[in-house]
This record gives sequence, C-alpha cells and structure tokens, in this order.
Amino acid sequence: MSNTGLVSFMALYVFMLAAFVGYQVIGRVPALLHTPLMSATNAISGISLVGSLVAAGSSDTVTTILGTVAVAAASINVVGGFLITDRMLRMFKHDPGRPAKRPKLGHGG
Amino acid sequence: MAREYFVQVAYLLASGLFILGLKGMGSAETARRGMFLAEAGMLLAVIGTLLQAEILRYEWILVGLAVGSAVGVAISLRVPMTAMPQRIAASHAFGALAATLVGLAEFLGSQGHGEVIAHPKMAALGFEVMFGSLTVTGSIMAFGKLQEILPSAPITYRGQNATNIALFLATVGLYVYLIVVPDAAWAFYAMIGLGLAIGILIVLPIGGADMPVVISLLNSYAGLASSATGFAIGNNVLIIAGALDGASGFILSILMSRAMNRSFTNVLFGAFGSAPAAAALKGGAALPVREVTIEDAAVQLAFARRVIVVPGYGLAVAQAQHQVRELAQQVERQGGEVLYAIHPVAGRMPGHMNVLLAEANVPYDALRDMDEVNPDFPECDVSLVVGANDVVNPAARTDQASPIFGMPILDVDKSKSIIVMKRSMNPGFAGIENALFYDPKTAMLFGYAKSSLSKLVAHMKGL
Repeated sequence: MSNTGLVSFMALYVFMLAAFVGYQVIGRVPALLHTPLMSATNAISGISLVGSLVAAGSSDTVTTILGTVAVAAASINVVGGFLITDRMLRMFKHDPGRPAKRPKLGHGG
Repeated sequence: MAREYFVQVAYLLASGLFILGLKGMGSAETARRGMFLAEAGMLLAVIGTLLQAEILRYEWILVGLAVGSAVGVAISLRVPMTAMPQRIAASHAFGALAATLVGLAEFLGSQGHGEVIAHPKMAALGFEVMFGSLTVTGSIMAFGKLQEILPSAPITYRGQNATNIALFLATVGLYVYLIVVPDAAWAFYAMIGLGLAIGILIVLPIGGADMPVVISLLNSYAGLASSATGFAIGNNVLIIAGALDGASGFILSILMSRAMNRSFTNVLFGAFGSAPAAAALKGGAALPVREVTIEDAAVQLAFARRVIVVPGYGLAVAQAQHQVRELAQQVERQGGEVLYAIHPVAGRMPGHMNVLLAEANVPYDALRDMDEVNPDFPECDVSLVVGANDVVNPAARTDQASPIFGMPILDVDKSKSIIVMKRSMNPGFAGIENALFYDPKTAMLFGYAKSSLSKLVAHMKGL
C-alpha cells in the first residue's frame, strides 16, 4: 500500500472516533437546546475556513479567487453562527421562583 | 519546524475545545460557557492556519475575512427568531459552498501543475464536491421555501422519484469513475453540475411541514462535506469538526423523522399530502363541536390549578408568544401553575418553539418536551391548545387506519378539560380530521389566536 493510502487510513480512524464522540456528546443535548445546537455546530463546521485560508493565500490566481469566496462564506458561518448562538442562549432564562431541579407537575408543589 | 509544531498543537487544542464546547450544550446553565470554549478553539485554529508556510500572501484572505465577518454580524444581529430556520438553511448553503470551492480549487491546482491526484485523495475530494454541491442548492431551495419566496407546498410531477434516483445513480457513477480515473476533468465538472441539479430536484417535492427533517439532513451533509475536505487536504481538525457537525445533523434527522412517524426515504420520496385524503373521521361533519366564549374560558382558566399550554406552529405564525406568556402570568396570579408542552416538530426546525417562547420571556424551567410532560396530562385541569393540530390528534394512538397512526403525540385528550384555539374547523397540514375537537371534554374557542389570547388576558385581569 502506498504512503498516501496509509495516511488516508489514519484519517478514517480520526473520523470514526470523532463521529462516535459526537454521537455520544450530542445525544445528551436536551430538545430545549436543539436550535442553538444546530447553529453552534454550523459555526464550528465553519472550520472549513482553515482550508479556504490556504487556498486564498496561494500564488495561483484562480485558486486565490475561489479561496477568497470560500473564506467569505465560511467566515459568515463562523462569526454569524457564534453570535446568533449566543443571542439565543442569552434568552434562555431560569425562573428564580422555581427550584433548579425541575419537579414533576403535581408532585412537587 | 517549530512553526509546524505550533500549528499542529493549535489544531489539537481546537479539536478538544470544540468537543468540550458541545458538551456544554448538555444543559442551559453551561451552554454559553461551552460556546466560549468553542470560540476560543476556532480562534486558535485560524491563527494556527495563518502561520502556515503554504500561505504566501494575505491581502485576499483579509478581504474574504472582512466581507464574511461583516455579512455574518449584519445577518445575525437582525434576523428575527421566527426566521431562524431560514437562517440555518442559508448557513448550510454557505458552509457547503466553502467546502465545494476548496475542493474545486484543489482539483484545478493539481490540473494546473499537471499532477494526477492519488486515488484515495480523489475519493475524498469527489465526496466533498458531490455532497457540497447538492447541499448548496438543496439549502437554497429550503431557504426559499421557508422564506416563502418559493411556494412551500410540495411540487410534484410524474416520474419524479424515478428521475431523481436516476440522476443520483449517474452522479455516484461519475464519482466512482473519478476515483478510478482521477484526471477526468469532464467527469469532475459533470458531477458538480449533477450535484447542483439534484439539490434542487430533491427539495422540490418536500412541503413546509417536513422542513425540520430536511434542515437536519442538510446539516448532516454539510458536516460530511467539511469532513471530506479534511480528508482531501489532510487536516484532522477539519475531519473532527465536520464529523461532529455530521453526527449532530444525523441525530436530529432521526429525532425529527421519529417525531413525524416517517422514515428518511418517506420524507424524501413521499410527497406527503397526496395519500391521506381518505382519512375523514367517521360521521364527519355530523359530529357536534362545543364552542366556548372568551368569558367562560377566562373563568375556567382562572380556577384551574394546573394548566398546560400546547403551542403549535400556528402560534408562531400568529406571533402570539408574548400573549401566551401574559395569559400564563394571569393564571399564575390566580394561584395556578403553567407548563408548556413542546412537541419535537412544533416549529419549522428542531427546538424552534423553545427559542420562540424563551424570547417571549418564558423561563426554560416551564418548557417540557413530549416524553417529560405526557405523564402530567391526567392531572392537568385545562390544556390550552394554540395552533397545534396533528401533534395532539389521538387518532395517532387509536386509529390504525389513520395516516398518522403510530406518530408520537402529546396526550392532551387525557387532561380533565381542553380548550382548543383555532381559526376555523379546517383540518391540519396532513389533511386529517382531529377527533380531539369532537371530544366531550373539549371546548373550541374560534378566532385569531393573538386577539383571542389578548381578550382572555383582559378578562382574567378583571376577575
């Protein structure tokens, strides 16, 4: 097997483990926060900015043009995504009148 | 060499911070702190990348960053919470566009240097561009439907599924061909073209009410496209972040499909709304409904000790979240307790209704998801159904002939009494009659939700 083939194989391990971790971690997010979750993962996947930056900084004109558009698109997601997630999360307020341990209706008081 | 290590350490830390950040989303108390960690991770990853030796010039990078950040800030500060599904659909399009362009740039770069891309790399690059391009147009279509620029009703024609499947198979065929013959430029461009076409065609037959599944599915695709970018350019932080995004979209797609009692294939190839016309309630219009006046409803709510509000998408359309909150305050003033029962598909995207109510200052402690709140209905004095229909239809539990049979619903029919606020007796999106409205315990309060709620609040203040 060629060297690049082996490198791709290691990348598959990284992908598989990350997908398992993601499945476990995100499976625990309550339905209450599913919209902020989607906007947060959107912002995080704006990490494709990393690939876009390299393309935009290349010496080849066409690559630079494509890369610059990609940088703009990805940074809309990163900047906009984190801002709007925070805007949403700030709206979720705890009721000071209720105990933190959400009691069942009719069993607590 | 030292620089290269710094870059790798930055990526490693960023990956860890992303996972910790999403872990923070496990509860409303820790969510904001989690996001600060994820933001720090992103900053590290970007700084690390900018230090890479491959970057030869910075002027265009700065232009891209400035334009993107300005647009991102402008959109996210202005967009109303009701428009969140559209905004998310748009951001899937941006994310997928970035991935597709990076893939295209990579391919063109290799062609320009006369290099042939290695087979494993082409597998990643092809996947990236295929899923990227169909997510771009699919998300734009979803955006158009949610923004009501495009008709939100399903658009169907004869042979639609056969056409879509044939196109998809052709695209996969091109992809496989490219892995075998990585320098076939025509196949690469044809694959992009077909991907863009499939994105449009696959969302055409999907109706507005099915959007929660579509948005989640596109989220998953956008994540997979980012992850494939990581494979193509050999960058682990991209693989990890893309996998997290993909896993999140995947989980949400499953949850949404389950909440609608449908499978992925049924949503994508089903074109709901055509079949269930036959499901009229036995006896149909002959059954009597009981109407209630504002005055009587106000008295009923004032004496209730336990009230569960069941908001549906109709509430968001009517923009009546604040009126619901005021009504709840009146019930609480009279000594009652109010909870909100949120069905997973109460809005146009996962969790949408929670955000809309949180914006109206409803404390999150009062927001209960379906499994949490269903055992509470038998002890509930009054259930107030506002703009919800199919998600409270007991036929899902009892009538095997119903097209929604088996769909998980809120057990509103088990509460001691029910008030349904509705404009008229028209059936819901699925075109199905709702037995709840004919239940002897149910009283119908006809009228526009917003004005009915305001009148209820005014009457309760006088009690």
